[in-house]
Amino acid sequence: MHALDSAMAAGASYADARVTSVRNQSVSTREDRITALRDDETVGIAVRVLVGGAWGFVASRNLTRTESARVARAAVDQARANEPATRRPVQLAPVDAYPNGVWETPIRIDPFAVPVEDKVELLLAANAEALRVGGARFVSSSMAFVRLQTTFASTDGSIIEQTLYRTWPSMSVTAVSPDHSDFQSRSSTEVAPMGLGYEHVHAAQLDRRAGEWAEEAVRKLSARPVEPGEYDLILDPSHLFLTIHENIGHPTELDRALGYEANYAGTSFLSPPESVIGRFRYGPEMMNVLADRTQRGALATVGWDDEGVPADSWPIVKDGVFVDYQTTREQVHWISGLTGVTHSHGCAYAQSWDRVQFQRMPNISLLPGEEDYLLDDLIAATDRGILIKGRGSYSIDQQRFNFQFGGQVFYEVRDGAVTEMLKDVAYQGRTPEFWNSLDMLGGARSYELGGTFYDGKGQPSQSNAVSHGCPPARFRGVSVINTGRS
Amino acid sequence: MTEVLSEAEARELCQRILGASSTEAEVRVESTVDGNSRYAVNQLTTAGEVADTQATATVRFGRRSASVTFNALEQSGIAAAVRKAEGLARLAPENAEQMPLLEQQAYGESAAFFESTKDLGPAPRAAAARAVTDATEQSGLVASGFIARAASSTAVANSSGLFAYARSTLASHTVTVRTTDGGGSGWAGTTHNDWQWMTTPGVLAERAGTKAEQSVEPVGVQPAPYTVVLEPTAVGSLVRRVAFGLGARAADEGRSAFSRPGGGNRIGERMLDERVTLYSDPQDPDLREVPFTAEGQPLRRTVWIEGGVLNNLAYDRFWAEQQQTPPVPMGGGIKLEGGTGGVEDLVRSVESGLLITRFWYIRAVDPRALVYTGLTRDGTYLIEGGQITRAVKNLRFNQGLVEMLSNIEAMGAAQRVVASESGGLGSAVVVPPLVVRDFHFTSSSDAI
Repeated sequence: MHALDSAMAAGASYADARVTSVRNQSVSTREDRITALRDDETVGIAVRVLVGGAWGFVASRNLTRTESARVARAAVDQARANEPATRRPVQLAPVDAYPNGVWETPIRIDPFAVPVEDKVELLLAANAEALRVGGARFVSSSMAFVRLQTTFASTDGSIIEQTLYRTWPSMSVTAVSPDHSDFQSRSSTEVAPMGLGYEHVHAAQLDRRAGEWAEEAVRKLSARPVEPGEYDLILDPSHLFLTIHENIGHPTELDRALGYEANYAGTSFLSPPESVIGRFRYGPEMMNVLADRTQRGALATVGWDDEGVPADSWPIVKDGVFVDYQTTREQVHWISGLTGVTHSHGCAYAQSWDRVQFQRMPNISLLPGEEDYLLDDLIAATDRGILIKGRGSYSIDQQRFNFQFGGQVFYEVRDGAVTEMLKDVAYQGRTPEFWNSLDMLGGARSYELGGTFYDGKGQPSQSNAVSHGCPPARFRGVSVINTGRS
Repeated sequence: MTEVLSEAEARELCQRILGASSTEAEVRVESTVDGNSRYAVNQLTTAGEVADTQATATVRFGRRSASVTFNALEQSGIAAAVRKAEGLARLAPENAEQMPLLEQQAYGESAAFFESTKDLGPAPRAAAARAVTDATEQSGLVASGFIARAASSTAVANSSGLFAYARSTLASHTVTVRTTDGGGSGWAGTTHNDWQWMTTPGVLAERAGTKAEQSVEPVGVQPAPYTVVLEPTAVGSLVRRVAFGLGARAADEGRSAFSRPGGGNRIGERMLDERVTLYSDPQDPDLREVPFTAEGQPLRRTVWIEGGVLNNLAYDRFWAEQQQTPPVPMGGGIKLEGGTGGVEDLVRSVESGLLITRFWYIRAVDPRALVYTGLTRDGTYLIEGGQITRAVKNLRFNQGLVEMLSNIEAMGAAQRVVASESGGLGSAVVVPPLVVRDFHFTSSSDAI
């Protein structure tokens, strides 16, 4: 509050302050030994102000009263320096005051309270399981835990305390051919990072599944290289989540669509808004996409965003048609005449106290289909296709048209059954055509959450943690290349 | 004070942290004053100033160790952090690969700190942003950009008496200019330790604006192997990934592009075009990097590839001992030696090909041959008869980098580039523009 008072006394028309503690604990191993054991924590205060419609932002690790006042005054001075280079003053959409806001990620077991020796023991046991498989030569594994504790206060009257938790157990097994002419790796990408506690580590069962991943790494050495061509693709949720992230999550960021990220992250094919909102057909009628910061276990789930806006849930694609973007307070009036939405969807986020909050992706998920299909039903309905599991190499252009995505493991599907493992598979496409080739969706029982800790955007680049839920889905006639051939 | 720590201040802080430990310890202290200003749609959008000092304490009980990074640097904060590290280290299993702490080392001088960069506060950054946006507004174009600067000091110390200190500054300015209808896009960028040395905002605006205007109405070309003229930024974004792959252990273990079939690595083998010489050197006036690693190993000139021959790989201390060879740390920037002349000279030498300004979303596809994919962006043009004749649609490549550096037709003069796609501050990369034959494009993109 001292910082806010100082900012207003110095001439700010609006100010918010965040005092944040960021704790990152990680345990990393390789084969039979530990390679890193870290437990990092930094704290600091960030003050953001508006003066004459221009932003100023200053942060410091020093939490004294004197320094918080200095930071606030420096932010005001900076905003004044920025004002001459600002042509259109910032307008913030209204938000209710939450003077006693409190929220914490619902977790069952605090990961920071679990003894580190338990974590090491579990990882080394998983490594040993992997190395029992003949041909598995190398294995690495890790656990990463994040806790963000933030006190947010704004001159709109909110004081909000939040604690966010994230947990990510993972491992990777590498097999090397006896003559060193080939090597193949298999990562545990079915185990998603989640907004959960240590119970997620228990559920992941790395030690029980390590052998299976190791066997797949070895099998990849002798898998048949894919013959390039057009295939029907059956995408498992462990893979499809990242396709949703790239094909739907990023293009529907409003700052990107209007050119505010042109210098790095890029723009969007979903532009201008007046031409696409309620008009652009993203996919078939079975396609429904929901943005949601309230979903339990998801990484971008919060009580309030970093502007004090309560967590929201809203459709992005309805019955195959694009209907709305992701927004922060200053973006609302850019499209409210088109959407009729006059409140922020609550997409402001800063990775830490030392970065300014800006528009970041909420959890964006493809809803399950009406039929109660499981993955096996999609396979049974496919004559000639490829089943892809797990995330691999992902690349997409700066307007989110042209993409090339790979996976962890690939299986040929013939006449309704999985036949053999393939390798060197990647598929290329153009987002609108690809999503309009969607013709089969799994049902609610097949819905799973995937996610990433490292969604990069902004300058300086910030990482956002975000989840995407989806069922398995089938896409018709997609172009597949062989990445092992130049 | 929001200043970077002096050598005396950093030494005193290191001693307090080491003094708080009851056992062997090493510490790294980094103090930074970061500043940045962003602009988009021809106006400044956000800016930031951040002052921080972070310490990483690593404590050891024999072969057990753990690290804690923290920034609560009052005595109670230090004591709490060191206690936490000690508690973790006691619980850690023994690491058979842990090496003894280094004794005091001799380091080269660092010449990377410039007052002009340290003083690049919000007002001069806003003025620089406006120099770009006023120019593009007048020209009927739309600019987005990012100006970043950091002043920092780094100190490393350990309980065996080692102490190293260096301070540095670094700045970058990148500009994307688009036509108002979004039909054309161009990019320009500059980075150096010394803001005074960098390309001026007006020149960046002009370069990016010209590229944007020249990139409208692109024609589609068939995805296929092409002879390409890669501007230095495009080269830098790929060559830095070659450097990522220079680890000796992965090569010796058979999981690297530098593994020798049958076992071992390919040191001594001619792998690339004979004009390829790649090295790191923190003292090189074009690189100006901190002259030591995070554990205090001195960084000196290391030639990784000389005349196309793999000359060296990076050996950490453990792997070097295992292989009975001296340790070779990675660090000190990356420089690919070049020839003479600029992009224009290279374009004149190409009868038929493509000119590439930069690449985007570069990702590894096949580590066995350092195959990467990505797309062209912000200025891709057709070259016919030694002239740029028109814009072409952006293209996706799938290209092995070993193959690329074997297919060099010509090299221009090396220059420092913004090699990261994010346009931010990063390790120094100095590379020439290249003419490369048979660069593999696999699909076309509608993105502009």
